[in-house]
Formats: sequence, C-alpha cells, structure tokens
Amino acid sequence: MTVTTNHTGISNRLLDLVPAAPAQQSRKDFTSDQEVRWCPGCGDYAILATVQGFLPELGIARENIAFISGIGCSSRFPYYLQTYGMHSIHGRAPAIATGLATSRPDLSVWVVTGDGDALSIGGNHLLHALRRNVNLKILMFNNRIYGLTKGQYSPTSEVGKITKSTPFGSLDRPYNPVSLALGAEATFVGRSIDSDRAHLTSVLRAAAEHPGTAFVEIFQNCNIFNDGAFDALKDRSSRDDVTLKLAHGEPLVFGAEGDKAIRRADDGSLEVVPAGSPGVLVHDATATDPSQAFALSRLTGDTHGVTPIGIFRSVDAPTYDEALNTQISDAREKQGAGDLMSLISGGETWTID
Amino acid sequence: MSEQVRERETRRLDRVVVRFAGDSGDGMQLTGEQFTSETATFGNDLSTLPDFPAEIRAPAGTPAGVSGFQLHYSDHDILTPGDAPDVLVAMNPAALKANLKDLPPGASLIVNTDAFTGGNLKKAGYATDPLTDGTLDPYMVHRVPLTSMTINAVHAAEGTGSVNKKEAERAKNMFALGLMSWLYHRPTEGTVGFLEKKFAKRPEIAAANIAAFRAGFNYGETTESFTVTYEVAPARMRSGTYRRITGNLALSYGLVAAGELTGLPLFLGSYPITPASDILHELSKHKRFGVRTFQAEDEIAGIGAALGASFGGSLGITTTSGPGVALKSETIGLAVSLELPLVIVDIQRGGPSTGLPTKTEQSDLLQAMFGRNGEAPVPIVAPRSPGDCFDAAIEAARLATKYRTPVFLLSDGYLANGSEPWLLPIRETLPDLKVTFTTEPNHTGPKGPEFWPYLRDPETLARPWAVPGTPGLEHRIGGIEKSDGQGNISYDPANHDRMVRLRAAKVAGIANDIPPLEVEDPSEQARVLVLGWGSTYGPIAAGCRRVRAKGLHVAQAHLRHLNPFPANTGEILRSYDKVLIPEMNLGQLRTLIRAEFLVDAIGYNQVRGLPFKAAELAGVLEDVINQ
Repeated sequence: MTVTTNHTGISNRLLDLVPAAPAQQSRKDFTSDQEVRWCPGCGDYAILATVQGFLPELGIARENIAFISGIGCSSRFPYYLQTYGMHSIHGRAPAIATGLATSRPDLSVWVVTGDGDALSIGGNHLLHALRRNVNLKILMFNNRIYGLTKGQYSPTSEVGKITKSTPFGSLDRPYNPVSLALGAEATFVGRSIDSDRAHLTSVLRAAAEHPGTAFVEIFQNCNIFNDGAFDALKDRSSRDDVTLKLAHGEPLVFGAEGDKAIRRADDGSLEVVPAGSPGVLVHDATATDPSQAFALSRLTGDTHGVTPIGIFRSVDAPTYDEALNTQISDAREKQGAGDLMSLISGGETWTID
Repeated sequence: MSEQVRERETRRLDRVVVRFAGDSGDGMQLTGEQFTSETATFGNDLSTLPDFPAEIRAPAGTPAGVSGFQLHYSDHDILTPGDAPDVLVAMNPAALKANLKDLPPGASLIVNTDAFTGGNLKKAGYATDPLTDGTLDPYMVHRVPLTSMTINAVHAAEGTGSVNKKEAERAKNMFALGLMSWLYHRPTEGTVGFLEKKFAKRPEIAAANIAAFRAGFNYGETTESFTVTYEVAPARMRSGTYRRITGNLALSYGLVAAGELTGLPLFLGSYPITPASDILHELSKHKRFGVRTFQAEDEIAGIGAALGASFGGSLGITTTSGPGVALKSETIGLAVSLELPLVIVDIQRGGPSTGLPTKTEQSDLLQAMFGRNGEAPVPIVAPRSPGDCFDAAIEAARLATKYRTPVFLLSDGYLANGSEPWLLPIRETLPDLKVTFTTEPNHTGPKGPEFWPYLRDPETLARPWAVPGTPGLEHRIGGIEKSDGQGNISYDPANHDRMVRLRAAKVAGIANDIPPLEVEDPSEQARVLVLGWGSTYGPIAAGCRRVRAKGLHVAQAHLRHLNPFPANTGEILRSYDKVLIPEMNLGQLRTLIRAEFLVDAIGYNQVRGLPFKAAELAGVLEDVINQ
C-alpha cells in the first residue's frame, strides 16, 4: 500500500482521492444559512464550532464533503454545515454512509450520531461499519441520555439512572463505547470532550487523516436532561487529576503534577501507580493487537479515578471501499469493460429463421 | 444387447409435460435443467417449474425432502409449465407418494424399483408396496432398476476405475435423463458436453455420469418396456436468437442493462433471502460493468447503503422478499421523502412471516402499496413472465430515475425460478434512459444564485438531482418535512399538506407516461373481462384459450403497472358486464380495483404456493361466463 502526502501535509492515501479546495477556505465557507436550534447551552454548539473551524484546514473541496446523520439532537448537525448532507432515520446513518462512501471514493464522508442512535437502535450497523473498515468518520456525541425524546435513559447511562422511563432507576449496564469499538476491531478509536476545543480538533484531524473507519466518542453535555455528566473532566480544579491524555509514544502519565502513571497489574489489567514506579507503560496507538488499547478503555472515573481521552488506536488496514473498487478496476483490466449484449447472449443460444 | 431391430411406434404429440421427482440430494433440479436445455436446443417452446423444499437436506427418503422439476414443452407457443404431468419419473417411494396425486390416470410413470425397499417404503409412509398393491393400476408403469443398472454401467465403463459404489450410484439421475432423452427423442450431444465441462476437474466422475447417461439411453432402445416413443416438433416461434432464461437471471440482466441505459453505476445493497438471493449472486459477478454489490449486515443496511449510493449518483438497488420488505419499510419512506431513485426488488413468496420460503405467492401487493407510515406513494411494476423480468427491471429503473422515486419491482418465486425461451433483445430497441445531474443553481435569491433541491420539474414534478461533488450546489436533505421548492425544514401546516399532495401527484402523473391497458378479445364479443397482474399471465391466457376453443367469449387484460394504474383502466373495466380477477392471494388487486374504480370485480383466489393451472382457470371462467 502506498502512503502519499497531500497538499495539507496529511498522509492519507484515501484523502488524496478527494479534490483539493481551489482556494483557502474559512469557517464561514462551512457555515450554512440555517438557524441553529439546539437548546441554549448545549454542548453541541461547541462541537459544531470546532468542526466548522477545522474542516477548512483539511484543504479539501467543500462540495466533496458529506455529513450523514440519523435521528436525535446530534443528528441535526448536517443542516448547519454548508456541505452535502443527509438527515436520515434513526440508527441507519452508518449503513447509508457505507453506500455513499463505497460508491464515491472522491468524497470525505462523515457520520454524526449520538449514544442512542449509534449504540441502541443502530448498534448493529455501527458494529459492522467498524468491522468492515469503510472509509467513514463517525462522530458519536455521548451525553448519556435521550434528549430529543425528552429525557429517557440511554445505553450509556449509569445503572440506577432515574429518568422519566425509569422512575425506580435504570437496570441495564451501560456500554463503554470505546471498548465496544475496539471489540469490533475498529482501526481508529478516539475520545474527546466538547469543551476542549484544542483537544477535540486534534482528535478530529487525526480521524480525518485515517484511511478507514474512524470512531470518535465525544463527551457532550446535555444541560437540560443530564447536566454535569462530565463535570469532573471539565472542572479546572479537578480535571488534570482525573484525565489521562493519551499521546502516542509518550509514557502514560497524568495528574496536575504529573504524579500518576499507568502500568500493567499482575492480572493483566491496568492500574494507577505513582509516577516513577517501575513498568510505566508507553502509549502505542499503532499496535496491531488491540489488547492494550482495550485495557486502556477499561479505565474509568468510577473504577480507577481516571478517564483516558485521545487516540486509543490508529492502525493502517485495508478498507472495504478500496478493496471493492480494486475488484472492479482489476476485473476491467483483466476482462475489459463489460459488454451488455455479449452478457445477455451468453450461455446456450439458438436461432430461429 | 439384442441385434434385433424392433419396430416401434413413434407418436407425434403437440405438447408434453414431464416431471422429475426424487430426494433433494438426488440431483433432480440438475436433471430437469439438463432435459430442458436439450429441449431448448431442439427448438420447442417451453416453460419450467422447479419445486423444492426450503430445507437444504430434509431427511432423506421422506416426502418432506422431495424435490421436483416440471417441464412443459410443445410445438406451439405455451404459457405455463403445465397442469399435470404426462410422465412422472419417481426416484424413490417418497417421490412417488408426494407426486402421484398430480398424475392423471393413463399417464406414464417411470419408477426406480431399486429404491422400493422396506425401509424406504416406511419412510415414505407406505404400509404396503405400491408397486404390487394395485395403487399404480391406473397408470402406464415402467419398472426400471435404475440404481443397480447405473452402478453396473459405471463400473463397466472405461476411465471409471477409481469411482466407488456410492459415487457410481449418484449418477443414477443421469441414467434417468438418458432414458427420458431416448423416450422423447431429445438431442444428447449437449448433455455429454455439459458433463465433461461440469466435472472437468474429476474426469472419472465425468466418465461415470456419461456412462450412466448413455446406459439409460441404450436401455430404452433395448428394453421391451417401451413400445412407443414420442416426438414433439420444434415450435414455430418468432425469428431471432433465443436463450433459455429464468426470471431472476433476466431481472439481473435487466438491472445491468438499466445501469448502462441510465449511464449510472449500479449499486446493489442486499441481504441473502430466498428466493431473491440469486440476483445478488448474479450481480456480484459483473464487476467489469462497474456493478458494486454489498452484502449488508441486515435488510435495513442493504437498502440504506443502496439509498446512500443513490444520494451519491448511483442507481441504488435492493433485492429481497416479503419479510425483507417489512424491515426496509422505514427506509423506503425516507426515499419517498428524499425523492431519490431506488429500485426495490421483491421476489414474493408465501407469507405471512417466514411462510413458505420456496413457494410462490402474490401477497405483497398491498405491502408494496401501503406498507409505510404517512402518505408514502411508491410506483409498482410487475413482470408477467421469466423473460419479461428483463424489461420490467428496465421500466422500474426508468421510473425511479425520471421521477426521482423509489419503485417496487414485484416478481415472485414462480417467475424467479421458472424458465422459458427468451428472444434476445436488440440493443437499438432498448430505451435511452440517460440521466442528467443538475450542475447549476436553479433559483435566484436575494444574495444571488441558489440551489433549491425541491424546485420541481413542472411536467414530471421530479426534483433536481445534484450529487455531492458538484460545487455551489451543497445542500441538505432529510426525512423531516421540507419547504416546497427551497427544501429547508418546515413544520408549516399548509406546506406539509402541499408537499404530501405534490408527492402523491408526482406518482399519480406517471399514469400519463405508461402504455394504456391493452385488452385481448379476439371475437370482440366478450362480456366478461379477466384481469390479472404479475406471474398469473401465463395460466390466465392459457385458460382463456381453452374457453375460447369451446366457442365462448372472454377478454383478457394484464396489468404491468399497479401504481399508478394505466390511465384507461377504469374505462376498460366499466365496459364489461363482469370483471374476474384471479390472484395468488386473498384479493389484493381486487381491493385496489374496487376502491379506485367502484367496479364490483369478482375474485378467484388461491394461496397454495403453486401457480394456477390452465384447466382450473378455464373452469372458473366458464362458470363466470355462464352465470
């Protein structure tokens, strides 16, 4: 597989297939004329601003970008971007985007979804998109609640969640979206936070550069139905002590004073130890085996007092769309372009005068 | 072998119905296919009906595991695979048990006596041996020890030294084919060539099968059992080049043709389901035509991917059967709202639920018509014969691309697996369906040129199709109601009412773009019209012929478009005293016809998983005419 570098300096053999923008683009070029209608204070505003801000940096033509969404608050996203877009039906965006990306290698295709859309009604499509490694960028806004239907618990809500549909507390255990994606052997898995623009931009840029399916979980605050779900990761006084910022090739060290680190425990899981302890792990996002990335995904605030954000995994692997399009070009090269009449008159024929 | 040349009578027939029946592992489909191939080469008109269980290998020797293949061929044009066999080949007691009820008295029966063992009789549910208890007295029975003669022939042949007894026994279907080929004067070169090619990698197996085939042929020649052989002269058919084709293959070719005619790459998103999977198999071979096939994780993803590809400028196709349509319904509604081209192929089978996966039925018409939330009209096209699936697929693609709409193509299990000779189309006669994408703004707003994705063509009411990658036309579409013209989200009550009516009017307007309903009434004196749709065309037309041969008058009309109906449909229906609608459902077209035209049509409805018989429909017609 040849890895080339395009005009942005980004190394991505698939992004190279997307035409470059003729001129420098700005955030304004990516802002549609539609009034944004999320609740005031919603975390979605920050994510939209970040995406509108970083898309011009990709240097690809605006008309060759498509955003596909399902149903839910997050899925209104495409309306606010001056790109091609489709607001589809609940849970199906990965399937629709798979058809678009597979048939149009010259497009950069993005999926915007939420925890309910992606993990509940659309769980099957998400798993299979990740497994196939279609060239899609899937942004999953996780607010751990159903917003658009006004506040039922979601597949990422904590056990015991009191909501309109669970007045006695929710019973089912939540998904860990990053663990789920790694379990499906997704080739790119990242996590970021709506309010940390610089970090979110860096993860999204890496996702855009990734050839294949990139899955990014974005912690997003729903200030109406689940306000403060991620406060510990946002509060200036506490966040550095509970957030592990993953950096490829760097030791897994965190804390306001850089005083905590991660190493492998005797049972194979990961544990938090004082920095400087022997055996502190170095993060390798490119490891072919997803085991360590998975182990990292098991670190949570509840269990270990720390939540990793950043890029858990980024490995180069054949993509579904490339492979399919290669089958087509190979068939044409070997057999020539198809001829309709010789196809339909194939097999045994007889002539009547 | 006897040197003596016996004088045998050769009887000329105008048509013959042959049925092969055996265990589902006995190779009956292959045997039937090959006999059909010989028959096609000979130049007869023909029609076939495979009938097999849903289980891949049902318990051997039981009636549940019997697989059958019926062929009707003639010296004139025929319309059905035949009502009742003139000759039945029964490879074991279960096959006899499952098929004997269809055999009219006096018909020929060839039985493999080797298979009539105590164990097999018990498995088939026979308390006594039908070969000896008088059960077969009404028939002309030919008792042939097929298995043992096959094994002997194989072991006596050259080049079969390494073939074991089990492998030799498996060639018994070719013995049966050889015998039948002799009895009905079929050409044999094709079969020998076919076997050589099929078993090219195992020449000893090829030799075994060819030995069995020849032994069967020679057995007919030498045995005393057959005093008469039969000839059916080639049919006088329209001049041209023919091939034999099944409905699913013709439909696949129609889709490939539609891709070429529209100039759009084909994208098939599909999930395996009987009896539609063969279309996925076939299209997956045609990569050189730029056909992309995607075996999705489920029915919903299959249609979703197809719709996504349509958004990107492909001709999106999804193939399925009734249960799959149920799962795809929400996405079909989305396609109605997005107003993007999409062809939904439904190979109907017995329902409800899993129903009868390998049997035919016409019971998805109302699902195709109404099976969605909201007012979501979808045009419906239905082929009438296996070969017609080619043209119907092109027509579905024409409507989908011209009107930017999902279109249903309603075939069924009978058309899918049945076959007939197909006059190959001539390239120049295929329609030009070239699609042009919108590349320029279509509206001038206060700030200058704009693209309005729902600004319709005043004639067709189709919206412009601008695909991603087109600079300046960036736009968003979705399942939420949008404003007429501009296409922005709109919850305005009057706008929604207008949009619902516009979508309905767009589909209704197709009535002006399809051929009028034609009536066949040779005497022009008919007061009874028989109206059908889809695969019942053959049996209905054959039934009409029988009735007319008796001097009665009946008119026939057959609908290809079921939504909308041709513009003259009401006028035609009202011009007859009685309208009879035979359907393989409980009256779905009749419901639509009554609702739309207030015509009190009479129904004839059967849901037995099998096509109508010509004699059955002739009887029903006579009753209606004489009432």
